[in-house]
Amino acid sequence: MGESQDGAVVVARDVNRRYGEGETAVDALRGVSVDIDRGRLTAVMGPSGSGKSTLMHILAGLDKPTSGTVEVAGTEITTLGDNDLTKLRREHIGFVFQFFNLLPMLNARENITLPLTISGAKPDDGWVDQVVKDVGLTDRLSHRPSELSGGQQQRVAIARALVSQPTVLFADEPTGNLDSTTGHEILQLIRASVDTRGQTTVMVTHEGRAAAIADRILFLADGLIVREMHGASAHEVIQAMEELDK
Amino acid sequence: MTRFAIRGLLSRKLRTALTAVAIVLGVAMISGTYVLTDSIDQAFDRIFTDIRKGSSAVISGKSAFDLSEGSGVTEPTLDEELLGDVRALPSVAEAEGSVDSDATQLIGDDGKVVVSGGAPNLGFSIADGDSGFNPLTLIEGDWPGPNEVAIDKETAAAENFEVGETVGVQAEGAVERLRVSAIVQFSSGLTIGGATLAGFDLPTAQRLFKKVGRLDEIAVAAKPDVPDAELVRELERILPRTAQVKTGGEQAQADSAETSEFISFLQAFLLAFGGIALFVGSFVIANSLSITIAQRTREFATLRTIGATNRQVLGSIIVEALVVGVVASVVGLFLGLLLAKGLFQLFDAVGFTLPNSGLVFEPRTILVALAAGVLVTLLASFYPGVRATMVPPIAAVREGATIPGEPLDGVKSMLTGALTTGVGVIVGVLAITATPGNTLVSSLLAVLGLILTLLGCALFPSRTLGAIVACALGFGALVYGLFVPGLGTTSVLLWMGVGVLLVFFGVARVTTRLIPSLSAFMSPIARWSVFGLLVLFWPFFTLPYWLLRYGSWGPGPAGKRALAFVGGGLLNPLILAIVLVMWLRKAVSRWEPEWPAEFPGVIPDRSTTRIGGENARRNPQRTASTAAALMIGLALVTLVATLAAGIIASFEGSVNELFTGDYAITAENNFSPIPIDAAQAAGTALGVTAIGNVRTGETLVFGKPVFSTAVDPGMQQVISMKWKEGSQEVLSSLGAGGAFVDDAYADDHDLQLGSPIEVTFPNGSARAFVVKGIFDPPTGGSPFGNVTVAVAAWDSEIPQPRNIFSFLKMEGGATDANQAALDAALADFPNAKAQTRQKFIDNQISGLSSVLNILYVLLALSVIVSLFGIVNTLVLTVFERTREIGMLRAIGMTRRQVRRMIRHESVITALIGALLGIVLGIVLAALLIARVDFLVFSFPTTQVIVFVIAAIVVGLIAAIFPARRAAKLDPLRAIAYE
Repeated sequence: MGESQDGAVVVARDVNRRYGEGETAVDALRGVSVDIDRGRLTAVMGPSGSGKSTLMHILAGLDKPTSGTVEVAGTEITTLGDNDLTKLRREHIGFVFQFFNLLPMLNARENITLPLTISGAKPDDGWVDQVVKDVGLTDRLSHRPSELSGGQQQRVAIARALVSQPTVLFADEPTGNLDSTTGHEILQLIRASVDTRGQTTVMVTHEGRAAAIADRILFLADGLIVREMHGASAHEVIQAMEELDK
Repeated sequence: MTRFAIRGLLSRKLRTALTAVAIVLGVAMISGTYVLTDSIDQAFDRIFTDIRKGSSAVISGKSAFDLSEGSGVTEPTLDEELLGDVRALPSVAEAEGSVDSDATQLIGDDGKVVVSGGAPNLGFSIADGDSGFNPLTLIEGDWPGPNEVAIDKETAAAENFEVGETVGVQAEGAVERLRVSAIVQFSSGLTIGGATLAGFDLPTAQRLFKKVGRLDEIAVAAKPDVPDAELVRELERILPRTAQVKTGGEQAQADSAETSEFISFLQAFLLAFGGIALFVGSFVIANSLSITIAQRTREFATLRTIGATNRQVLGSIIVEALVVGVVASVVGLFLGLLLAKGLFQLFDAVGFTLPNSGLVFEPRTILVALAAGVLVTLLASFYPGVRATMVPPIAAVREGATIPGEPLDGVKSMLTGALTTGVGVIVGVLAITATPGNTLVSSLLAVLGLILTLLGCALFPSRTLGAIVACALGFGALVYGLFVPGLGTTSVLLWMGVGVLLVFFGVARVTTRLIPSLSAFMSPIARWSVFGLLVLFWPFFTLPYWLLRYGSWGPGPAGKRALAFVGGGLLNPLILAIVLVMWLRKAVSRWEPEWPAEFPGVIPDRSTTRIGGENARRNPQRTASTAAALMIGLALVTLVATLAAGIIASFEGSVNELFTGDYAITAENNFSPIPIDAAQAAGTALGVTAIGNVRTGETLVFGKPVFSTAVDPGMQQVISMKWKEGSQEVLSSLGAGGAFVDDAYADDHDLQLGSPIEVTFPNGSARAFVVKGIFDPPTGGSPFGNVTVAVAAWDSEIPQPRNIFSFLKMEGGATDANQAALDAALADFPNAKAQTRQKFIDNQISGLSSVLNILYVLLALSVIVSLFGIVNTLVLTVFERTREIGMLRAIGMTRRQVRRMIRHESVITALIGALLGIVLGIVLAALLIARVDFLVFSFPTTQVIVFVIAAIVVGLIAAIFPARRAAKLDPLRAIAYE
């Protein structure tokens, strides 16, 4: 499984996505090309309806483009069948969702190792412990999601995404359902995993403060990448957003 | 609110339909039963009316007491001279004598007797084919003359009998070869399904039936101006003591009385199964509604915030239930018509052919079926409806709000529960004890009491407490009904029915507590058993399905694909049909078949089954209710199997204990009495050292009809009894005035050796006997009745003595040579067969297995209802877990793994139902067996294994549809849902 020479782990070319048909058709993406660089945190920003979620879904192999190509870790994924796509997700992709999406009947540790359970891999206890320590959950492992706070649940979700050492981690509004203090902690955690472990991460958000932790920020509007920023502050991001809204 | 309710139903079509299936099936069973039994009843009525339509009055023999059906003895015959006296009467225009026999065997071309299950082999005389008394018409040929026989159309067609050929006929004597003179049918065109008809001229019939100079009946036609009643009065004056006269209409009614009785029994019997299916259905409905209502919490809360009252919320749910109940009942009603047709065929297939003159659809059928369906739906929706009213308006704005755990506050609900239960119990007890005479009223009141009791138990603040109260009351009722002496049959049945239902309800509710441990226990069992089954299925289902799909839509060279397609089609044509339907669907719609599909494998997938197992226990109440529905069906099936095993074991035990001979002779159908000539012929076979015959019948002793038998002296060598008083010699030394009785009868009537008893025979003659022995029959019973006399005494009072069994002892025991010798000796009696001890046991038991098969088929209905219950729960669950399943797909679960996960949950639920059902069934059977003297307990190991496998298959089948739905869910839903 060769990877692109230039360090891009996800490569999208001329991606279009159209929903519906005829007069009611909506173009969510209109020819987006993007490279996601290895070891960096990329944020995708945009107002609602801009196509940012659609882009993430397509990059992560959850949705298929109407036209265009997407390569993940050197594999062209738009032509893959459901099974191969699923296996690709297992190996290369981690998810963090807005609503945590933990299994209520499993405790924190079982939720974290769920991807390994599903793929039938034996969890490496040392690695699991390391991830758990990184997200700061060591003393909450036997708790069920219902016994955890929102922030703790999202930590479990992050650990779950990291445990399979994905090539790229996608986070969909990871702070969208958290208060600002907890949200900040979660962002720190995501940033830390990029810095210490070089975890390639793509984060979709509409919050300027969240996007500000990214190395690179892509702005989407009406299905197109309209702007790109590098190492911007929250203030700059918010300003950029406001300009987009005009 | 009504419109809102109906709109709601329409927006949840699938869920509504799945819920309704439970009611549809139950109602179909009820309406089907009525249609079936009404149709049979009508058919018989018409046949019997038809037979008597030319008779103003009918004279027949009259026994000294009422003989029960199949007792082995018949009414006394009339003297032929009576016919002349009758003809001489002034009011009589015409009179005709006839004889008949219900054991007139026709011999097929294969040399075997023509039998069709339990249908009778009717033989009768046709004195004058052209007279108005003859209900038959000729299809072909002429009315039979001397040594000729007329055969009914159906039998002739089935056996290829043609006019002019000779066929074997065996009645009371050896087989005779008679020429077929005619093919006939009833003038009305009706048929008694399965029965064979053989008509002879009077002298031939009298000779065949050994009734020379005797008549069974005299049909009389009055002169034109004489009313029937006057004719009857006139005839009564000249009749002897052993004869009676009835008008033609009365006689037709009397003729049909026996069948009517059988039909009402059949009706009650089948209705019980319909009731069981509805009861199971009520669990399914209550469960489905509980789940949907939980899922609609927010909807109800929103309604409350915009001003709907509690009552309106409850009302909307009741309206929903009402609509579902009515629609489902109407569908069920008409499905019942089809079911009746199917049942006719089912009974036909297992050998109990029933007469049919068209389906009868009475208004009563519509009324009862609709009422039952609607009522059950309403009752089942009541509790979930009350729960919906507990939703506070605030839930509308809260994410993930649920209905508060327990309704009402503790003390108040405790009181309500206890009070309702109490009232229910009182009503129920009064219903059963105070109105024993009226079955309908006491049944209806008992049902009312049961409903109140169930409602009361459901209202207790603690689920477990309510469940325990229900169980305790249920077992109480069972034990009371079974062990308190002196209760009538109706009372016993009602006590047991009510008890069993209460126990089911209680166990279903208490199971909630056990679900976590039960499902943990079942998970590995489910995993490995499914693995095992799927390995077995693989070559016949999984592989051909893949091959066919590969052949249809797969990549690769055409030759390879064609080969795969043909191979798959050969392995399982059924799957071929399914794939062809997929072709069709692809052609007519935009649907695309799923491909590529991985080459199918079977692995015991630990990871997904783990999650499936967790899912099974995460909502214990739901799993418990779903499993409970299956539990009921399996408990009843197990009960039946255990009782059957008990019957078989005790019968086998008895035969092995008692039977010291080598061979037994019975009728071909194993239960009809056969002419004594057969045994006499067998006795002439070389090597026979002893022969003992048993004749059965009914006599009147101490003013009551009792099951009586007669034995001959040879019995001493072939049967070894345990004697409480007297000894084995009693069997051979009864003489003309000796009798022996069983110990229970002796106790009841305070009999000792030497006690005198008076036995009245059907012909009215009373004879004095002296008790010479008292025997102690083994648990499985003996071939002897309560009172047994010597054949010498018996045969002088019974006009047509027949043997039910003959036992033989032969030199050298059971050998091929001896068997051949007996077969040769019995060559003229094709209806008699000689069999070894083990064969005899097997043959006697074989009758039971057709009854068992019918029971299993009928109980399968309730299992099917519970299968839909599992489907329903799973579909609702999948719907509820959309986001969760999407997440699992997103993080790497394949579609196949999703299917496995759902399947595992389904199989665990089914296995829990199976475990509970089987345990409960065995407990109930043990209780029954403890009560019944003639049964021993025997564990039906094979059957239980089969039932467990069946339950797993139910789980697998139930999972197919929900699992496919779950697997098709788009992983995007994990993120986008809501």
